Amino acid sequence: MAVTAQTGARPVRAGRRLRLPAWLGTTPFLAYAGIFLLLPTGIVVVDAFRTPSGALNLGSLKALFKSTDRGFFINSFELCLISSALGAVLGAVLAYAIASGNPDGAVRRLYIAVSGVLAQFGGVTLAFAFVVTIGPVGLLFHASWFYSFPWGIAVIYTYFQVPLMVLVFLPAIDGLKVQWREASENLGSSPWQYWRYVGGPLLWPAFAGACLLLFANALSAFATIVAWENQIAYVAPQQIYLAINSEVGLSNVNQADVLALGMIIMVAIIMTGYALLQRRAARWLR
Amino acid sequence: MAALTSVGEAPLAAPAKRPRGMQAGRRRRLNAFRYVVFTLFGLFFLLPLLALLRFSLEGSTLGTWSIAAWKQIASYQGPPPLLSAVEITLELAVLTSVVTLVLLVPTMIWIRLRVQWVSRAFEFLCLLPLTIPAIVLVVGLAPIYNRIRHYELSALMLFWAYVILALPYAYRALAAGLNAIDVKTLSEAARSLGARWFTVMFRVIAPNMWQAILNALLLSAALALGEFTIAYTLLYTNLQVEMYSISRNTPNASVLFSTSLAALVFAFVLLMVISYAGRRRRRGMR
Repeated sequence: MAVTAQTGARPVRAGRRLRLPAWLGTTPFLAYAGIFLLLPTGIVVVDAFRTPSGALNLGSLKALFKSTDRGFFINSFELCLISSALGAVLGAVLAYAIASGNPDGAVRRLYIAVSGVLAQFGGVTLAFAFVVTIGPVGLLFHASWFYSFPWGIAVIYTYFQVPLMVLVFLPAIDGLKVQWREASENLGSSPWQYWRYVGGPLLWPAFAGACLLLFANALSAFATIVAWENQIAYVAPQQIYLAINSEVGLSNVNQADVLALGMIIMVAIIMTGYALLQRRAARWLR
Repeated sequence: MAALTSVGEAPLAAPAKRPRGMQAGRRRRLNAFRYVVFTLFGLFFLLPLLALLRFSLEGSTLGTWSIAAWKQIASYQGPPPLLSAVEITLELAVLTSVVTLVLLVPTMIWIRLRVQWVSRAFEFLCLLPLTIPAIVLVVGLAPIYNRIRHYELSALMLFWAYVILALPYAYRALAAGLNAIDVKTLSEAARSLGARWFTVMFRVIAPNMWQAILNALLLSAALALGEFTIAYTLLYTNLQVEMYSISRNTPNASVLFSTSLAALVFAFVLLMVISYAGRRRRRGMR
């Protein structure tokens, strides 16, 4: 940047104009992000530690461990665990099938493009689509477990978890060098031994990292579960909505803050783990 | 995989007979595995969409065919009327993508050119909305939106929050575009020919990354089209919220399925444009 700075400081101009520090150029963005991103996050964190009247209250955090609020997080955890495990395993199988084909083939291009689209396809429409596929009026069949809590919704979540897994995990499988497989076969290894001692250990940090990403993805999903079941609040996001917009009596905003803080803490732990695993994965696969 | 050599497997058994390099049996088994996997996942991804399509073409009695539901998109009176929700959502998509670009493009170019030292913090800020779930953000946004409602009640005000949600996607698209061109050399060349910073940004660098700008535009628009959580929690009506409320009032209204499918196809087209345009550019550069 030194060169640019010199050209910018030509004496003719420097004398005439008031010179402002260059970082001022970022202030519009900073102001926007400050008001609509940092301020809301700050409000959540600060309010979680206050009573509705404004006094400092550390007790509200204890509510996270009381049976009612804890239940929502246990349910969230269960749902995220099942849907991310399903998504990760199935997605890894699909990613392997894609990676083992022709790298310029039509199938591979199609699946990558479709994955890019479907990974973003959540929302109420996805719930409708499953209702008419395996729900009470299902085209295929009527699954009796469709409205039972973790499994019914977990299967629906799999629909966007698998494509996300493909997008995240495919680069890792592509990163496995053919030479490594050849080397292990030259040394007389069976396919099982190759995966057990070479491929598996190389891939597991990427796999575990992808699992965490899927977990966080399921944790923050809201629209699909609301459209799937709007009578009962199973998971933390549903209860946050109810706490903000309670139809009976005063809305319990403080509970929303506490639950939201709980989710921030969960996400922070997950993303830290993800960052560490990513660094570990990047050691071999690049 | 195709490049795998067979040296280790049977060095004496005339490798010339196996041009593909892998044992024929294993290759056949791998291919069988791949086609089974592709078929199963293809069905898993396709069936819910086909079910949506079938139900959108359902006649007045079960099992008959009709296109009444597709005509109803224009005439469904709600309340609120479906078409007004569509209109609001399209306007939101335009507003969101334009504001996102106005906010990000100049800032990102400026940071590249003059204030490199903030780029890490800037990236962190832009990617932050990926990790903070929308339902958490909305808890903190609620008091801010109470303030906004003093001045303006329209659902268009949602764009303030949508820009934040679009930041990570737009940022990554634009960063990819900026990385692909030599910003420093371009700006030094322009500056030494006497161009002002404004000219450098909008007449030299921005035209060189139009592809990335288009991607960022479409991604932000797609995000605004599919957003549910924030609109629903803050009690605004956009298309997704409208579809949800139709589903609650009349669960089997076939207009639900035609609208869902139309919205879906529209979003698919937007996202497919991105991957198609991206590929054509790359081919052109070779």
